[in-house]
Amino acid sequence: MARMKFICDAERCIECNACVTACKNENEVPWGVNRRRVVTINDGLVGQEKSISVACMHCSDAPCMAVCPVDCFYRTDEGVVLHDKDICIGCGYCSYACPFGAPQFPSNGSFGLRGKMDKCTFCAGGPEENGSKAEFEKYGRNRIAEGKLPACAEMCSTKALLGGDGDVVADIFRDRVVHRGKGSEVWGWGTAYGNLPNPKAKPAPEKKS
Amino acid sequence: MMRAMWMSALMLALFGCGEKSQSQADARKSGDQQAFQGANDPFVTKGWTAGNKTEWERHMRERTQNQNEYVRIGGN
Repeated sequence: MARMKFICDAERCIECNACVTACKNENEVPWGVNRRRVVTINDGLVGQEKSISVACMHCSDAPCMAVCPVDCFYRTDEGVVLHDKDICIGCGYCSYACPFGAPQFPSNGSFGLRGKMDKCTFCAGGPEENGSKAEFEKYGRNRIAEGKLPACAEMCSTKALLGGDGDVVADIFRDRVVHRGKGSEVWGWGTAYGNLPNPKAKPAPEKKS
Repeated sequence: MMRAMWMSALMLALFGCGEKSQSQADARKSGDQQAFQGANDPFVTKGWTAGNKTEWERHMRERTQNQNEYVRIGGN
């Protein structure tokens, strides 16, 4: 099996937040922690608004894993990046390293004491026994060991959010793009690093002060 | 003597530049049970046997294809 991956089809996402709700409900995520969020780009620009659902992307070369001072991260056979809350010290380095804002920190008490890091587990639980109470309380449901896919992807009404074996998910997305004749450009380097809406348009000259 | 000192200093300096391998082959388990072993709860889906990796992988691929309308509705 290839690595497990998410992909969000910006042509289909209708910003309904069902993925966020599904994640919260399935894993009983505490108030203030958002393992998944829906982000809208070009907000307010008519015809240019696109929404994508973002969570941990389970990077193949994960920066969180590289910077963790206590080495609490590990990767499963399916390429899912998980962490051990018994080792995590809640320092927050991973949150600075992550380009997606995936690591979340529950805050408790009057002084905003920062708890241990929490993030999307691809519904694959944690190091505790699969499907155990301890695993659920710390990391949420282990749907992967139940033979299911992450709740967010399975609940997506327009199937904008796809999750599963990276090769299969890429095939589904490619199939869609071929059928509708567009869409590959909304996900990739152009989106990440900013394509100009009109390729012929030139940026305004810098003002000399 | 000096050469040995230089060599050990160089080794120490290079050691600091090392990075832990993140390749899938070197995945650390941290005592985590593999997913195909199944879960100890009543919500496990039917159609595969816990502990059988091949069956689990086939089941997961089929389930992933449920997200593909072009397969689900059988039209192209």
